Amino acid sequence: MKRFEPYVFLRQLATRWDILAFIVVIGLIAFLGETARGLFEPLAELEITPLSLNPAHLPEYAARTTFRMLAALFFSLVFTLTYATWAAKSERAGRLLVPILDILQSVPILGFISITSVFFLSLAPGRVLGAEFAAIFAIFTSQAWNMAFSFYQSLRTVPTELTEAAESFRLSPWMRFWQLEVPFGMPALVWNMMLSMSGGWFFVVASESISVGHSAVALPGVGSYIALAIEQKNLRAIGWAILTMLIVILIYDQLLFRPLVAWVDRFRVEQEPGERVPEAWALTMMRRSRLINAATVAFHAAVLWTSRAVKHAEGDAPPIQAVDRPKRSLDLLWVSLVIVVVVLGLWHLVAGLITETSMHEALHVCGLAVITMLRVFVLIALASLVWVPIGIWVGMRPRAAQIVQPIAQFMAAFPANLLFPIAVYGIVEWKLNPDVYLSPLMILGTQWYILFNIIAGASSIPAEMRFAAANLGVTGWLWWRKVALPAVLPFYVTGAITASGGSWNAAQVAELATWGHTEVRARGLGSYIAQAAAADNFHQIVLGVGVMSLFVVIINRVFWRPLYYYAERKYRLT
Amino acid sequence: MSDSPLLQCIEVRKAFTKPDGDPLLVLEGMNLDLYEGQIVGLLGRSGSGKSTLLRLIAGLAEPTAGHLTYLGQPIAGPARGIAMVFQSFALFPWLTVFENVALGLEAQRLPRSEIRKRSLAAIDLIGLDGFESAYPRELSGGMRQRVGFARALVVHPNILLMDEPFSALDVLTAETLRTDFLDLWTEGRMPIKGVVLVTHNIEEAVLMCDRILVFGSNPGRILSEIKVTLPQPRNRLDPNFREMIERIYVEMTARPKGGGAGGRQERFPGLGIGSVLPQVSSNLMAGFMEAVAAAPFNGKADLPEIASDLQMEIDELFPVAETLQMLRFAEVEGGDVKLTEDGLAFAQSTIDERKRIFSRHLLNYVPLAAHIRRVLDERASHSARKSRFIDELEDFMSEEEADRTLRAVIRWARYAEAFAYDDNNAMFSLENPS
Repeated sequence: MKRFEPYVFLRQLATRWDILAFIVVIGLIAFLGETARGLFEPLAELEITPLSLNPAHLPEYAARTTFRMLAALFFSLVFTLTYATWAAKSERAGRLLVPILDILQSVPILGFISITSVFFLSLAPGRVLGAEFAAIFAIFTSQAWNMAFSFYQSLRTVPTELTEAAESFRLSPWMRFWQLEVPFGMPALVWNMMLSMSGGWFFVVASESISVGHSAVALPGVGSYIALAIEQKNLRAIGWAILTMLIVILIYDQLLFRPLVAWVDRFRVEQEPGERVPEAWALTMMRRSRLINAATVAFHAAVLWTSRAVKHAEGDAPPIQAVDRPKRSLDLLWVSLVIVVVVLGLWHLVAGLITETSMHEALHVCGLAVITMLRVFVLIALASLVWVPIGIWVGMRPRAAQIVQPIAQFMAAFPANLLFPIAVYGIVEWKLNPDVYLSPLMILGTQWYILFNIIAGASSIPAEMRFAAANLGVTGWLWWRKVALPAVLPFYVTGAITASGGSWNAAQVAELATWGHTEVRARGLGSYIAQAAAADNFHQIVLGVGVMSLFVVIINRVFWRPLYYYAERKYRLT
Repeated sequence: MSDSPLLQCIEVRKAFTKPDGDPLLVLEGMNLDLYEGQIVGLLGRSGSGKSTLLRLIAGLAEPTAGHLTYLGQPIAGPARGIAMVFQSFALFPWLTVFENVALGLEAQRLPRSEIRKRSLAAIDLIGLDGFESAYPRELSGGMRQRVGFARALVVHPNILLMDEPFSALDVLTAETLRTDFLDLWTEGRMPIKGVVLVTHNIEEAVLMCDRILVFGSNPGRILSEIKVTLPQPRNRLDPNFREMIERIYVEMTARPKGGGAGGRQERFPGLGIGSVLPQVSSNLMAGFMEAVAAAPFNGKADLPEIASDLQMEIDELFPVAETLQMLRFAEVEGGDVKLTEDGLAFAQSTIDERKRIFSRHLLNYVPLAAHIRRVLDERASHSARKSRFIDELEDFMSEEEADRTLRAVIRWARYAEAFAYDDNNAMFSLENPS
């Protein structure tokens, strides 16, 4: 059974660096928004590739969508290897970089797509390329943070003896990075890549078709296809799109992630044999293929070659200490740099918000956030009521778990926003109350995290513990209360955290939905942001995203994180 | 034996900085010479700083004061002629046996053909033929440590540092590996000229070393140096061998003369409120007292004898013996452990009587326990926060040690029913759940 890495985040509740980080992040968003606003006018005219609802075009669209995903994944990897390394190697930089990452992880960036789009379109005006960059950037923002965070954690937890061995055999820092640190971080990184991908599909669908100003930019892809289908009220086309996506994700899973997971198994440091080795036919194929083999050999040679080259450049310098010694002057420079950025961010925030936002509006937005928060919590509770018992039941039966677990993981990867039109169609047709009936959409895609974490938890309950419970005659409600529920609690919390974060993001798509020209709206912060985005009201977007970030960060800090450590400490088996 | 030493440590001292900024002394007055053809053993318990000294020699850490030289040159960072074998093997799990061995040569930028030739030679020498393409996880512990040896030998070091290289292996595997190593060493088939071995196993030290430095703790320092002149291969049953072991036990339990540095107070903690308490469970103490009280020891046991009888390593044996001494259940001297009157009484009592005896000794002889009890008695609520005592302890020790010490006292107090502790809200109290 698959092992699940615990959700990674910082241990402390909050430090002053967190507050600085929050200001920097929101300040940057505000800054970007302000800039985008100025760039707006010349972009009104855009060439748009006409889309077609003919299913014959879907393979091409799917390929383009997939390409965007891969491109974003590539950039996320580059970002991870640089940003996380910098944060881990330099104590000075890490003090701010790590909280920034933690905040970025919680910022629901989805509502922000239209602003970043304008920014990227301005870089390549009038070109499809700009829109492509915007879409790729949107996907990047859904993937990069948790990957970087996991790699940072790995870098900080490389076993001392391995570091010492590398040092005593005088590996150069470059060689140590590629031969020790990257391989060590690999398992956690791949797992986080998979999680990121699940989120990424959701974003790619949302980011391909964006309205900028009064014209819509639709990049050829599955996301735009579905947007067009919604506009034309074409249920059949939506069906085709869903089918295409199912196939695409299946292929992605089989060709990319299964081989990756199986391959990465060798990088695990715990060397106990006996645990079942993950299998993947694609990996077996690749290992046997001479071409792939030659590629890996070439990569290895490249690492060695660059090691030599880099080492030549460095000369035979004395070995570099793992942690750099803080220097007074550099410290001063760093601190003043941070202060400048924070002041700038603060200035933008305050200037933007005070001039354009009344106190009344701010309060109104906070009220909306409370509504969305209630929605998220109620939905998580409802989903838990359903999936916890089912997950435990499945997890206790290895054969059932083997069938259900991949399905649950697959469902988590499937972009739930593809299914929205069907639900919206129903709501419009039967005139249902959108405040109630739009809500489940928020958790449609994220509930699966609860299910597959519970399954993983239940299947990790030691057989002896279950026998002991049976032997003592512990059954019924007592069994659930004293055996099953405590045993899966740490896993449940991990799943619920992921589900909650995803739901906040989904709120921005789920609370405001359209079918043709009919609009259904649920009251909440998500629909506020979505409406602001549709109306290109930048200060409203910044306000909405800012308040949502603040809510998510606070909820994480005061609720999920303590709960997570409590569960870890008290209920972790073994 | 040549005249100038391969390695020299002069008055080496190492201190770490505690979170509150105070220095924590871990090594003091270290003097060590390693000459060609010698195996020098650093013998002591965990926390005696022997591994720290090894890391200083390896260039993985810097001394706070003193000098370390290798072939007359000061050691600054890992030196090319010094290689290390680790306790937990420290192999790279994503590299094959061959790649693990070749890594150190790749770091030296040698030509590929040379890397290949030397790696295969090292693999051959250490008996790993046929395992070149295996990954570490496919190997048994013994085979993994062989990779550790091959990896160290392949760089042709002058000095081999070994950090408890056999302690993670089972008895039989460890013995095989030791014998193989000694064979290669005495036959001169390895490129190395000298060895520094860290161990907490007395027999291993006597079996392998030419000189043994016995370490004491708090702070780590050399208690004595013992020369082993028995010819190789050595026989465990040889009376001279047994005598050597007995002598080391005596050294390690010797009462230092006078007070001052290295005095009794440091070696037998618990005499002040700020002493670090050892993690010894009440079960282990009870079992040990029963064993000493029973035949053939009848209340007084020779430490090496009871160690082999109970299959305890000194890392387990000494903490138990010293905790019993601290609680006045036993006297430890001259390599012997002797139960006191109360110790004997404890061994022969029922569960409830044992708890009463233990409680009396705990509150009388462990000042921290007495202190906690007094605080609880004085308060109207009969309860107190854990953080209160942690704060007090941190004046004397690191945060981690304070936590461990408090946990030790909680365990003993629970057994003695002297006071209760609730982990959920981190509170001490007088109430025991009824």
